[in-house]
Amino acid sequence: MTVLSIKNVSKRFGGVLAVDDLDLTVDKGEIVGLIGPNGSGKSTTINLICGVFPMDKGSIKLFDNDLKGLARYERSHLGIARTYQNIRLFGGLTVWQNVWIATRQNGIGSFAKKLGALFLRSQKSVEAVDELLDLFALQNKANIAAENLSFGEQRRLELARALASEPKLLLLDEPAAGMNSEEVQELRDRIFKVRDLGISVLLVEHVMELVMNVTDRINVLNFGKKIAEGKPNAIQGNALVQEAYFGS
Amino acid sequence: MEYYFGILQTLGFHVLLGYSAYILLLTGQLSLAQVGFFAIGAYASGILTVLFEWHIFPALFIGAIAAGCMAFMVGFPALRIKGLMLVIATIAFSEIVRLIFFNLRWRFEINGLEVGPDGAQGFREIRYFAANGWEIYEIVWLIWTMVAVATILLWWLDQIKAGAILRAIGSDELAAESSGINVTSVKIVAMACGGVIAGLSGGLYAHSTTYVDHNTFTVLLATFAVSYPLVGGLKSVFGTLAAVIFIQGILIEGLRFLGDYRTILFGALIILVMNFKPKGIVDENFVKGISEYLRLNKKLIK
Repeated sequence: MTVLSIKNVSKRFGGVLAVDDLDLTVDKGEIVGLIGPNGSGKSTTINLICGVFPMDKGSIKLFDNDLKGLARYERSHLGIARTYQNIRLFGGLTVWQNVWIATRQNGIGSFAKKLGALFLRSQKSVEAVDELLDLFALQNKANIAAENLSFGEQRRLELARALASEPKLLLLDEPAAGMNSEEVQELRDRIFKVRDLGISVLLVEHVMELVMNVTDRINVLNFGKKIAEGKPNAIQGNALVQEAYFGS
Repeated sequence: MEYYFGILQTLGFHVLLGYSAYILLLTGQLSLAQVGFFAIGAYASGILTVLFEWHIFPALFIGAIAAGCMAFMVGFPALRIKGLMLVIATIAFSEIVRLIFFNLRWRFEINGLEVGPDGAQGFREIRYFAANGWEIYEIVWLIWTMVAVATILLWWLDQIKAGAILRAIGSDELAAESSGINVTSVKIVAMACGGVIAGLSGGLYAHSTTYVDHNTFTVLLATFAVSYPLVGGLKSVFGTLAAVIFIQGILIEGLRFLGDYRTILFGALIILVMNFKPKGIVDENFVKGISEYLRLNKKLIK
């Protein structure tokens, strides 16, 4: 089953065609990599899926829902969650609150249910938050302000917050940036755990150690165009890809 | 004694006005429209008790709701813009409100006396309290009950998800929206709540002073309103309360002999706070310090 399907999507910023006629799909339970040199349109693609800015043409669908014209929070309700290249947490709030805010009761269901979620701490949401903090080894930091966490912890918290909204599709924008080899291993294990929860993952990443070991399929972008798609080991041997990265 | 009751009244209006700006500042919006809502509350409830001879409580209630509805309507266009533009737009709104009341003349005879707003002359006959035999301490009691209720509600806000959502928006709008929060509607609701509190404050003000005119509702008052939460810090609602007592109680009332120079001191205070305590006086370290101090005292007593 296709979770995300992107068809003929283009986005122009002034004179630069950031994304050029892109086709991309993510299937259920799949971890798809999106790689390419700097400025090849990877982050733009993620931003288009989240609705940070509108696309010029083409269509993006989550299952059967056309995302065109939907606000960012509506896309989140449909099941898209993301992390950011530059960490964006709610710095003044505690670790626990950061995750709590994204829990799904907020904005889903009947009006009374929505209203209730604003005033009451439902047992279900408390359990969901605690579970996520456990999964990301943040339980002992629960009451610390997010801005006082270390870099690695902030990255983990961002992932926990993204999962709190019970997404169908998780977009990871360079989650391994600045991590050492051991941390990359941990991240890989966590991404597998996310997949085991039934969530599809689209991973934008420069760290090849992660991309080659975690993804089922890789798409390679260069100057906004898709130049290759395939299994990790096939991509490694692809001449076009090598040219894009290292020059001919 | 009268004098001190007078000061307590003034502090009460300013605390509520500060709270109305505090709610919006939690979402990261700096609004100078609070004085406009304050004016609407003052005139609306004044007109109801004077011209329609209502009881004070429904009049205050309708005044607050009227200001809240106005805030709700202003919220739609105003909260699509940000930063400096929002500041300018809200100043413009407050000036429009002020000029409407400057030109509002709606007088007719009640019990053989012509009463009502009289344009540039102001609205002079809001004598509900005197006419119904309220003692001054009863008025102070009413005002501070309202302040206490508002303080408790705003404190409670920080214990529930709604408060966390407001602060999340103030911290990072994009991340908040991508986490599934409808940022625009939350901001508009915050604006409306701020409008209700400012309108309530205006109604209390009008009835306590018995007289309002357009000169009260200037940009200076709007600046005071936003300066309380900024000086006091957004960490907790008590920061705003402390800032009002400090600025209005000590700086403005205590140093009365300095005359208009106090406004310069107010300006200097804002500059000092912005430079040395950008998160306000009641920031994290302050809260930590106080709680450690209290813990220390407990130990000593034991």
